[in-house]
Amino acid sequence: MVPLSPILKRCLVASILLIGAQGIYAQSAADEIAKYREMIADGNPSELYEMSGEELWKKPAGPKNATLEKCDLGLGPGVVDGAAAVLPKYFKDTNRVQDLESRLMTCMEKLQGIPSESIIDAKFGDGPKKDMDAIVAYVVTHSKGKKINVSTSHPKEKEMYEMGRKAFYYEGGPFDFSCASCHGASGKRIRLQDLPNLTTHEGAVAGWGYWPAYRVSSGQFWTMQQRLNDCFRQQRFPYPIYGSDVTIALSMYMAKNANGGIIQTPGLKR
Amino acid sequence: MTTFAKFCSYIVVFCGSTMVFADGYAQQKSDPQFQRMMKSSFRTEGIANIDRIDQDATQKFCSDPQFVATKAGAAIALEIQKQNMDSIKPPSDGRYLGDWKSGEAIAQSGRGATWTDTNATPIGGGCYNCHEIDKKEISYGNIGPSLWNYGKNRGASPEVLTYTWNRINNSKAYNACSNMPRFAHFKLLNEKQIQDLMALLLDPQSPVNQ
Repeated sequence: MVPLSPILKRCLVASILLIGAQGIYAQSAADEIAKYREMIADGNPSELYEMSGEELWKKPAGPKNATLEKCDLGLGPGVVDGAAAVLPKYFKDTNRVQDLESRLMTCMEKLQGIPSESIIDAKFGDGPKKDMDAIVAYVVTHSKGKKINVSTSHPKEKEMYEMGRKAFYYEGGPFDFSCASCHGASGKRIRLQDLPNLTTHEGAVAGWGYWPAYRVSSGQFWTMQQRLNDCFRQQRFPYPIYGSDVTIALSMYMAKNANGGIIQTPGLKR
Repeated sequence: MTTFAKFCSYIVVFCGSTMVFADGYAQQKSDPQFQRMMKSSFRTEGIANIDRIDQDATQKFCSDPQFVATKAGAAIALEIQKQNMDSIKPPSDGRYLGDWKSGEAIAQSGRGATWTDTNATPIGGGCYNCHEIDKKEISYGNIGPSLWNYGKNRGASPEVLTYTWNRINNSKAYNACSNMPRFAHFKLLNEKQIQDLMALLLDPQSPVNQ
């Protein structure tokens, strides 16, 4: 994890305790989280990840001792501003639709010589994935306030969206859950946690538009890949491989449904 | 009716229902590309084996809500519900109601069956995730209906006991694509645990019925 300053850490803990004392369970949890967001609006801990990500972007690394500054995230080599707003997207060089994390792995492999497997297989929040988290934070911060604008004009993009829709409704595992079990209707909650209806524009903006996010409960910055991973865990599914097509397809489904919405990343979540 | 005529009518009914079934599945187009994507995108981790993405008939049917909403889909739904109903066993000792206090603990726990759990992790019912049950617990979800005063409102007639038992054992017996897990079918909860949940809902002493 990117080190948080002890003071900031203490502030965070104090804030959480304060919210608890005010009765997080008494009212809607959403209200309390909104209050909390306001309290630390000027200091989302994601900023620490972002700063570290910017350094990593510009620092020579890997066997080829190169930086990521020539990485093409979809708007041309080196363009970071607004890049996250158009992802996932079809890339000619890989002949694949890629989300931010899988595209970054391509850049790290091609430019820096870092094998993707070393990132895919790493533990979340650890080693190469820790660096990935920081770089993701850096990139998505540079799309904050922009409109979500993914394309489905390429046949592979259209196909990915359709596969994402199917994956969203795909039931399996010992609990019979699909994504739709929790995210297919409006106004629903698990315990006190509000669930966005990802099949609607509004819900998709609330989901896709706020992740990656700093997660207060775990004190970690989570990329969309990690968010989806934990969804599948709770769905009682097997383990989704980092950057695999199902994760990109679901991202495409959410992003396209959210098109036109304003990006608020990095978000701040429970 | 002669025995032979009876036999023939069974054959007709049997074949008829099989036809509806086969026809319905034919309308749920298989998509090899999608299947390949699912197979290549997941791996086994801990107790969460890769075969968890293999679907049974109920899961396959319910993964296509557009088809479920059609007339052909409605016919298959009845067939799926029957399959699930047929799998339900009544309590082996004839007792429907166990201990509501244990039931409350089972209803509270949403743990178990994930790749961060082991086979030794007790699986909870996770009931409060989706249902209001005892009003004193204000952290409850709303994907399912409120169960507050469940027994007080319905009594404990044999019909209510059987219906509730069946619902907890296998909710898909009544609603093919219910969001509720099939607790007995996948051995998530054992018979005693289900008896305890029954008591939480139906025992006049349970806080749910105050």
